[in-house]
Amino acid sequence: MADIAIRGLTKYFGTRLVLDRVDLDVARHQVMCLIGASGSGKSTLLRCINRLVEPDYGTITLDGTPIDARSFGRTGLQARVGVVFQSYNLFPHLSVLGNLTLAPRKVRGVPRPEAEARAMDVLGLFAMERFAKAYPEQLSGGQQQRVAIARAMMTDPDVLLLDEVTAALDPELVGEVLRIIRELKARGLTMVIVTHEMAFAREVADRVAYLAEGRIIEEAPPEQIFTRPEHPSTRGFLARVLPA
Amino acid sequence: MPPETRAASAIRPAPEGPPPPPRARGFDWRAAFVPGLISSASIIVVFGALGWVITSAEQWPRIRAQFFSPEHMLAALPAVARGFLTNLQVWLLVLLAIAIWALVLAVLRSLRGPIFAPFRLMVVLYIDLFRGLPVLLLVILFGFGIPALNLPGLPRSGLFWGSVAMVLSYSAYVSEIYRSGIDAVHEGQRAAAKSLGLSEWQILIYAILPQALRNVLPALMNIVVALQKDVALLSVIGVRDAVREAQIYTAQTFNYSSLVVAALLFLLATIPMARLADWINRRDRARRLQMAG
Repeated sequence: MADIAIRGLTKYFGTRLVLDRVDLDVARHQVMCLIGASGSGKSTLLRCINRLVEPDYGTITLDGTPIDARSFGRTGLQARVGVVFQSYNLFPHLSVLGNLTLAPRKVRGVPRPEAEARAMDVLGLFAMERFAKAYPEQLSGGQQQRVAIARAMMTDPDVLLLDEVTAALDPELVGEVLRIIRELKARGLTMVIVTHEMAFAREVADRVAYLAEGRIIEEAPPEQIFTRPEHPSTRGFLARVLPA
Repeated sequence: MPPETRAASAIRPAPEGPPPPPRARGFDWRAAFVPGLISSASIIVVFGALGWVITSAEQWPRIRAQFFSPEHMLAALPAVARGFLTNLQVWLLVLLAIAIWALVLAVLRSLRGPIFAPFRLMVVLYIDLFRGLPVLLLVILFGFGIPALNLPGLPRSGLFWGSVAMVLSYSAYVSEIYRSGIDAVHEGQRAAAKSLGLSEWQILIYAILPQALRNVLPALMNIVVALQKDVALLSVIGVRDAVREAQIYTAQTFNYSSLVVAALLFLLATIPMARLADWINRRDRARRLQMAG
């Protein structure tokens, strides 16, 4: 069974159609990369999967269960689907440890010592224990983004949604974040990744979906998308973003 | 050393490594002496001339006796100082009440969702009403009007109701300051908190408000300073604060030096507060610049 199944997903912002009857399946342990020009609806699609954006039409199921409050409770979905944002969105008034433990403590009522022990374990996975006491503004962009990924991993989610997580980083910091994503793939996480890093998408993705104007134009394994794209629109996009 | 070798070594860095950092330059007394001397002399000349013009005026002895008489100032000081203590107490209590009530208003107004529409409307009306009315009018209305009703079970002190009027009025301004701070927190913070499963309420308490309060601290300090002197408005309803005590002295002696004593006490309290506000502003600005860099 597919881990995530999206059917007929449609979303308007006002009268502007941003997602137009999107169908997409992401199988368990697979990495799905969404590519496409700015404004093609990639990020909105991603945010629908965690219900940060409520779609107007269509359904999303996780292991066959619709992702609504009735099936998952108010916070059940967030525990199983983590999100990482382009601009990290760490809480600037909390230390790294505070950022990681806020949701477990306040949402799930985990006692502080337990939450902190878990946070140190997660930081350990990314070799970042030494940043536990630091505040976000003391860290580099790459370090902040790794902390944001650690924060999303606190609930041990099955699915991780990554929204252009390297777009705000200096080029020399992109590598350390991509390395972590590779590790997470190796650990068997299901991931949906919105990215402009075509080389990375080609390397890490099991499937790549190309979106334009709110529709999925083409969805295939990366080798096929990047070497033999079927649709002229895909070819045009790749010609613009890939070095000749 | 021949001149050409010197020139070459000035261009090329020394082979042992980069040149040492420049010596930290402390305060150079010799360089500051002459400009300091000139500015001091200039200050003495200008202020001396002003003082001479004022004190040599024909009416100066009368002015001095009326406003700056040392005997009257000393005689009025105990009562005025006692009154000023009342000012400070009221100021602290009113400040605390404003900080809390304004936060309640701001939070009510920033709640999302259609269910909260009546609360949002109430807060908007409240702010329109109390920002639109003079504080003085409210103090008189509450301080004289409500005790006159003889409502059972409610305090009948003018001081209490006058303070309530100040809290209601100031909270309208302060809640708008809070709200601007809440609005200034980046939308991504809300999204991040929501994606972690926090409820609307938890998002506000744990993610938004701590940042919002830090944003508006400099603006709030301004209100703190303004309130410190506006507490004197309570003197119009008979509260024996510093201004009232000074007026009582004036009425008995026909000498205004007591009011000058009160004025000096206010300055003694507000000027350090203003400096503190400046310092917080500067620190906040430095923090922001650091973050931007």
